[in-house]
Amino acid sequence: MSFFGITRTTLTKDVRLEWRSKDAINAMLFFSLLVVVIFSFSFDPTAEESRRIAGGLVWVAFLFAAIVALNQTWARELRNQVLDAYRVSPAPANALFLAKAFGNFIFVTVLEALMTPLFIVFYKLRALGPTWELLPIAALGTWALVVNGTFFAAISLRTRSREIMLPLLLFPISIPALLGMVNATTAILTGEGSARFWIALLVAYDVVFTIACLLLFETVLEAE
Amino acid sequence: MKRGFSILAIVTALLLSFALYEALIAAPTERTMGDVQRIFYYHVPSAWTAFLLFLINFVASVVFLIRRDTKADILALVTAEVGVVFCTVVMATGPIWARPVWGIWWTWDLRLTLTLVLWLIYVSYLVLRRFSTSSKTPVLAAVLAIFGALDVPLVYFSIWFFRTQHPSPVIGGGGSLDPRMAHVLLINWAAFLCLASLVCWTRFRLEVLEREVEEAQALESLLEGSR
Repeated sequence: MSFFGITRTTLTKDVRLEWRSKDAINAMLFFSLLVVVIFSFSFDPTAEESRRIAGGLVWVAFLFAAIVALNQTWARELRNQVLDAYRVSPAPANALFLAKAFGNFIFVTVLEALMTPLFIVFYKLRALGPTWELLPIAALGTWALVVNGTFFAAISLRTRSREIMLPLLLFPISIPALLGMVNATTAILTGEGSARFWIALLVAYDVVFTIACLLLFETVLEAE
Repeated sequence: MKRGFSILAIVTALLLSFALYEALIAAPTERTMGDVQRIFYYHVPSAWTAFLLFLINFVASVVFLIRRDTKADILALVTAEVGVVFCTVVMATGPIWARPVWGIWWTWDLRLTLTLVLWLIYVSYLVLRRFSTSSKTPVLAAVLAIFGALDVPLVYFSIWFFRTQHPSPVIGGGGSLDPRMAHVLLINWAAFLCLASLVCWTRFRLEVLEREVEEAQALESLLEGSR
């Protein structure tokens, strides 16, 4: 089986599992809904204020919700020793990593697509800058979260209290990516300044860490 | 080995007391800031020492991943631990100085934020080492150290975009420093470097012993079981 054949098979399997169980997506949706409601209660912002804070709120909600999907990425493979079987098989480790990362990317993108209308309604959002730029920002930002998230989920697999370990490892490293996403989104919502610098930063972050993950994933997978 | 350790300990004690005298009494008082400026002799050397230790941690992690040498792993562990301590000193002394001089405890300036993020990354590194149950913790930790190092330039550029408030670097930043002050600063740095090496050395020996004890205990329980 070719490299991308393995990636596609694993990805299809994960998406099918999620489609039938809807474990992760339901938890993520409900969690970010709660975040929207609670923030909305505690700030009750005007349209002008919400433009300034929404970029931060949206991404923090998505970041926390994404942890749910990321945490179950590898935990599922521990049952029945699936991961051990993968390790002894001749399949390349990176094919598995890419499948998991793409899977998480799909789950988080679905979450964002469903939650964004709610954010717009609750916070009375209307962008003053070029709205279409939000699409590449969302894609780059989501990839920045899931590529490292998938990787660190594999690292935290063999630690005590695995669920809490992932955010502890992921958040400090993700600070530049978060700065990029939040500032780019705010720049477009308020229409003040350009988002170009932050988009370039996100591209750099994505490229650097995608390469790093692909180079080091085999070491991590073998290291358990 | 043991003699070298004692010599280093004596040198460190002498240098530290001399540096204390130099920083608190001998160094000239700064014209506008007054005595509070003297914290500079502790703040800057700690920062340089912490960054140097983090650099050693990165190099040791890479060496460990290539050669799988246990000594490199222990070196990475101790430099991260001692580096976090020095980094904490930097972030504790900074606000004490900033409050009277800038009028604020903290600002999201380039160097402050970079130091804070470095501190966060290395704390998460230590948390991983503490919480990991696998026998392959060194490998995972080394990988995390490499990710942390890759993150530094990205953090730098992301914050560089904002206005910077920190006084520009004294060495190589075009700032002018009284030669007497530079002298005191360098003496303090030498003292801090000796102290850091001393602590790292002690911690290194302790870690080696701990691992030997662990191995011996594991062997013992294995023999008990087979009897």
